[in-house]
Amino acid sequence: MSALMRASGLQLHFGKVAALDDVALEIHPGEVVAIVGESGSGKTTLLRVLAGMMAPQQGRVLYDGQDVHAMGEAARRGLMRSDWGFVHQNPRDGLRLRVSAGGNVGERLMAAGARHYGNIRAEATEWLKRVEIDPARIDDMPQTFSGGMQQRLQIARTLVTRPRLVFMDEPTGGLDVSVQARLLDLIRALVAELGLAVLIVTHDIAAARLLAHRMLVMRHGQVVEQGLTDRVLDDPQHPYTQLLVSSVLAA
Amino acid sequence: MTEAGYNFGYLDENTKRMIRRALLQAVALPGYQVPFGSREMPLPYGWGTGGIQVTASIIGADDTLKVIDQGADDTTNAVSIRRFFNRVTGVATTDRTAEATIIQTRHRVPEMTLREGQVLVYQVPMPEPLFRLEPRVAETKRMHALADYGLMHVKLYEDIARHGAVTTSYNYPVLVNRRYLMSPSPIPAFDNPKLDRMPALQLFGAGREKRIYAVPPYTEVKSLDFEDHPFKPARADAACVICGSRASYLDELIVDDGGKRHFVCSDTDYCASRPPLQEAAE
Ligand SMILES: Nc1ncnc2c1ncn2[C@@H]1O[C@H](COP(=O)(O)OP(=O)(O)OP(=O)(O)O)[C@@H](O)[C@H]1O
Ligand SMILES: [Mg+2]
Ligand SMILES: [Zn+2]
Repeated sequence: MSALMRASGLQLHFGKVAALDDVALEIHPGEVVAIVGESGSGKTTLLRVLAGMMAPQQGRVLYDGQDVHAMGEAARRGLMRSDWGFVHQNPRDGLRLRVSAGGNVGERLMAAGARHYGNIRAEATEWLKRVEIDPARIDDMPQTFSGGMQQRLQIARTLVTRPRLVFMDEPTGGLDVSVQARLLDLIRALVAELGLAVLIVTHDIAAARLLAHRMLVMRHGQVVEQGLTDRVLDDPQHPYTQLLVSSVLAA
Repeated sequence: MTEAGYNFGYLDENTKRMIRRALLQAVALPGYQVPFGSREMPLPYGWGTGGIQVTASIIGADDTLKVIDQGADDTTNAVSIRRFFNRVTGVATTDRTAEATIIQTRHRVPEMTLREGQVLVYQVPMPEPLFRLEPRVAETKRMHALADYGLMHVKLYEDIARHGAVTTSYNYPVLVNRRYLMSPSPIPAFDNPKLDRMPALQLFGAGREKRIYAVPPYTEVKSLDFEDHPFKPARADAACVICGSRASYLDELIVDDGGKRHFVCSDTDYCASRPPLQEAAE
């Protein structure tokens, strides 16, 4: 199967810091890829470069064969509105806090041209149910929601237009452990049901094991190891991955 | 005659040329906000300095000018602008919509259908229709560039979700020529349909915000709405106590201490041009 997204030779330096150092990756339709690595290893930077939010100093990102950084802003925003989704670690970065839950979910539909209020509302209701938010809260503001609910709302808002590729940056970060587990289950179920390709950044090896078909291990801006999740975790090759895995097992 | 010491129209010829260039660009891109080098005027911002500069740049010696504020020719604001142009151009002025070649307005569109060759100049306090929703100017520019107006519909969605209907009754956003989202200035939503395919040229001037935009004759102007909640121009369900009109936009007057209310036409020329009620009843 041909790759949905293919990046090669990505370089991005902030002064002396190599946030991305010759990074290459591929993601196929319906595939879930986890990016793990210590803080500052370049995970968020990689996601932002792949999603066209930041230009690399060298290298290319191809989506469906098109160069993401050469296509122009209008085309890129078009992708962001239709084919892609981005789930931020902090739901406040991904939600409109002064807009009701229903309006948050409906925004992408309206941006895509939906002009029937009743249909938009029905779809928003449906999506609130899918992410386990009581549809009776459709007109409530996100500020009145718990952190876990806000994150689920952000996911509903992102998935409502059925994107093909979703970027998630530590979607469970900052949440209680029990809430994290529930959210991961939900993400796993939705991803499988919708057949989404997902690139998910996480600190959490257990989360990667639960969700991802493949994983990439990053360190100092480089991908030091990548492969099928079970292979990487059961038989880590790079000393850094070995350290990462053993520290989780020890905990 | 023009008063001594002023250039015709108060502005110097270079400034007028600069504003005319902006106007030409605005006409070429209906609904698009063109930046211009707004000048100090002998009136404070908020007194229609944007509209005044536009009028000053297009007015000629054989024009006939009408100035209205909230539909009326006799308010302080309208009178002082009309007097100003009379002083600096010497052109004829009128209260009659039909006789005017240029109509400068704040907050209303005349009831009478305007014709080809007339120019309607709007005074605009805030030209950016997205500013309440997106405070970052760079971001609103990007949204216009990409015709990315989903956010405006989110606002309408929120109105309907909360109040059962769109609550915006003034400055109701429109899409011009199927391309640019535009603020029609704080006219009542009732007036919005008049903008659509109007035979007259419509020019909009925002002095403080330094923007000019335009709707050329016969251009489509569509009020945003949803298929199942179509745009409805609202009007008080009453008749004018002077002329009996049930079609014009009405102002509400409290006529006694008991709070008794009357409605009268907001467009004073329209009202005056109709037979008074007593005669009509004969
Ligand atoms: N805008 C920026 N300006 C300067 N340096 C930056 C910028 N963004 C990132 N960096 C640096 O690039 C490196 C990679 O940062 P990045 O945020 O991608 O790491 P990360 O793997 O997402 O870390 P974390 O797990 O803490 O989120 C870090 O050293 C960071 O300090
Ligand atoms: Mg990060
Ligand atoms: Zn009347």
